[in-house]
Amino acid sequence: MSKEKKPKNKIAKRENNKHGYMFVAPYAIVFAVFILIPVVLAVVLSFTNFNAIEWPSWVGFLNYITLLTSDEVFMQHVLPNTVVYAVAVGVGGYVLSFILAWALCNLTRIPRTIFALILYSPSMTTGVAMTVLWKVIFSGDQTGLLNSWLMNLGIINEPIIWLVSEKYLLPIVIVIGLWSSMGIGFLSMIAGILNSDESLYEAAAIDGVKNRFQEMIYITIPQMKPQMLFAAVMAIVGAFQNGLISTLLTGNPSPGYAAQLIVNHIEDYGFIRYEMGYAAAVSVVLLLIVQIFSKAANSLLTEKE
Amino acid sequence: MAYKGKRINPQKFERGQIKIILILLPLVIFMAMPLVFIANHAFKPMEELFAFPPTFFVRNATLENFTKLIKFSRTSGTPLSRYVFNSVIVTVLTVGLSLLFTTLTAFALSKIKFKGRNLMMQINQLAIMFVATAVLIPRYLVICKAGMIDTVWAHVLPLVAMPVALFLVKQFVDQVPDSLIEAAYMDGATDFQVYRKVIIPMIRPAIATAAILVFQQVWTNMETSNYYINDDSMKTLTFYMNSLVNVNNTVAGQGMAAAATLIMFVPNLILFIILQNSVMNTMANSGIK
Repeated sequence: MSKEKKPKNKIAKRENNKHGYMFVAPYAIVFAVFILIPVVLAVVLSFTNFNAIEWPSWVGFLNYITLLTSDEVFMQHVLPNTVVYAVAVGVGGYVLSFILAWALCNLTRIPRTIFALILYSPSMTTGVAMTVLWKVIFSGDQTGLLNSWLMNLGIINEPIIWLVSEKYLLPIVIVIGLWSSMGIGFLSMIAGILNSDESLYEAAAIDGVKNRFQEMIYITIPQMKPQMLFAAVMAIVGAFQNGLISTLLTGNPSPGYAAQLIVNHIEDYGFIRYEMGYAAAVSVVLLLIVQIFSKAANSLLTEKE
Repeated sequence: MAYKGKRINPQKFERGQIKIILILLPLVIFMAMPLVFIANHAFKPMEELFAFPPTFFVRNATLENFTKLIKFSRTSGTPLSRYVFNSVIVTVLTVGLSLLFTTLTAFALSKIKFKGRNLMMQINQLAIMFVATAVLIPRYLVICKAGMIDTVWAHVLPLVAMPVALFLVKQFVDQVPDSLIEAAYMDGATDFQVYRKVIIPMIRPAIATAAILVFQQVWTNMETSNYYINDDSMKTLTFYMNSLVNVNNTVAGQGMAAAATLIMFVPNLILFIILQNSVMNTMANSGIK
């Protein structure tokens, strides 16, 4: 299509421009091969029995039935753990990042930037790179930093073996999860609050908004709903994705399945037991859970027109 | 005193802010503590690593751990430089390809009309909620079938398409006024010229943000080395670092691992500090409507 013949080839009028396909092709291909096909494959495999060596054999809904009726580890440990973790790190982290973002926006630029950087920095390296750090802090003998501090303060008398303890493992994983949850969603909320229309605050004050809390509920939040939704989606994905922490700290499966999350369960069946069909079924369940939660966030936070 | 309103993003310091700083400070210290600790740990000499009671801050800083890290890897068959080299190559390739593909697609999705555009946008929106670890296995099968096991592409390609990055960049391209692009077309520019001369210069902040996001994913990625790569000489720094922590979890190993962690963390931090203005600029358009 030569441009000279159609000088008024305005962008708004260009219907069905085939060039579009050329532009999106590279991304679309990579996306299809590494995201779309794997998801479809996961769904297909979830209906099979597959050990990674022999050709998968069709078993219908057996994997799902097993998951729901006879996988005791899943029902007694993995699912409750995942729910607790998701509520603490997903919802808790979300609320915390909103409050922090809001507080930061009440500061002047320099302290705000420094604080935001510090709060954001743990999320940069994710749990993986930080394993050694947590291993030192939660080391089970008296050379462990936390043990040493608690003993100094007289809270405990002898060292607690944190990373093998079924009692403390999940809380530890949650603390680490929260620590690294001030990610891109948090930045999005800061930006959303900073960009809210300032004249509205003055108007609201005249209209009888009496304190900061009312201002937050009636002025700030309605204005930044799109950012709130983005942050919510990020929080949900983060909460369900982060299973590696416990694997790295204590191995998979974690002692007594105390910190076994749904992602660890997939890893356990897929790469340790090589029951790939079953692992795929768990993956599909995970993807569905994330979708459902995101839908819920969506209907809560989308502007109705 | 009547309520004044409008104190978001204050221009100058007021007494009311002290209260907020005092509330935030303990939390900020708590968040920063692990990172400060690891930075100190990495420079501790042997006797301080062994010290009882354990110390938080380093007293006699030394580079011992870093030199040990280099020496240790020499004895293990694959030199540290190899892991660093792999990490750098993989990171550069991934970030480069990802930015190119993402910006091309964002431009097309935002400014070119073609059939299936809305569908693609919706699929990408859904994929933001995609949990990569859930499809480790099917991904493994795809990579196997494509013959990419033990190649650099197994590291790079799975991380190139990042739906969040595309979403953010596309939101930013939406802000580029159509009139500007129309003017370029009037002057006889082709689609590609518009992309290169008009769009790219105007969406720099979004590109920087996408770069950071992709960088963070690939630089600390360990799944690839664990599952898709069998050949040790093709694995990355993150993998090596983690193997240090697991195999060598003695106190001496801790010092080395802390040094390695610092090496992993600092590039992230520097990149973010340099680009933080752009990131905040992009995040302003991050809302999902």
